[in-house]
Amino acid sequence: MPRILGVDIPNDKSIWVSLTYIYGVGVTSSRKVLAELQIDPSMKARDVGEEELARLAAYIETNFSVEGQLRRQRMQDIGRLKDIGCYRGLRHRRGLPVRGQRTRCNARTRKGPKKTIANKKIARK
Amino acid sequence: MSRSTKKGPYVDAKLIKKVERLGDAGKGKGIKTWSRASMISPDFVGHNFEVHNGRHFVKVYVTEDMVGHRLGEFAPTRTFRGHKKKD
Repeated sequence: MPRILGVDIPNDKSIWVSLTYIYGVGVTSSRKVLAELQIDPSMKARDVGEEELARLAAYIETNFSVEGQLRRQRMQDIGRLKDIGCYRGLRHRRGLPVRGQRTRCNARTRKGPKKTIANKKIARK
Repeated sequence: MSRSTKKGPYVDAKLIKKVERLGDAGKGKGIKTWSRASMISPDFVGHNFEVHNGRHFVKVYVTEDMVGHRLGEFAPTRTFRGHKKKD
């Protein structure tokens, strides 16, 4: 299995899919990179040559922030919001939706699995 | 959608004037304001504001990191202290 940028080991999918296994590279940027380097996107990842892999790695490294660097950046941005005590920071601290979504129901992505409250319904007739 | 850059950031005109008038001397005094929508401009750094949240004024000390946010972001308008515990 080919290795790109340290840990990422895309498998025997097409190269444009494989690249999206890198954190920070999605379909759009994957396609762009391949077009830029003139590599056939539909080629299987295992058929991509050593030299091309090196080129891909170098190009992604220089033009995108990916993996650890990107994760760190994200955490820093969130940390900043928390530090300055703005509304978005407060929402992050509480683990609630940050962008004004409703929380009366749903919002399960942020809130996590349901915590059922006993006897909640019975109080009302 | 974000605000057109052509217009520049929105800051209440009166508020700018007030900050300018106070200058460095007025830092720490606390400027009462209702203008929650005003963007914090770099001149505001180091000033104390008292931002209205609908009920009373919340003290906000402006640091460099806050530039570009709006004053209202630092004065929460809702009080929620968890649901009532029934026993």
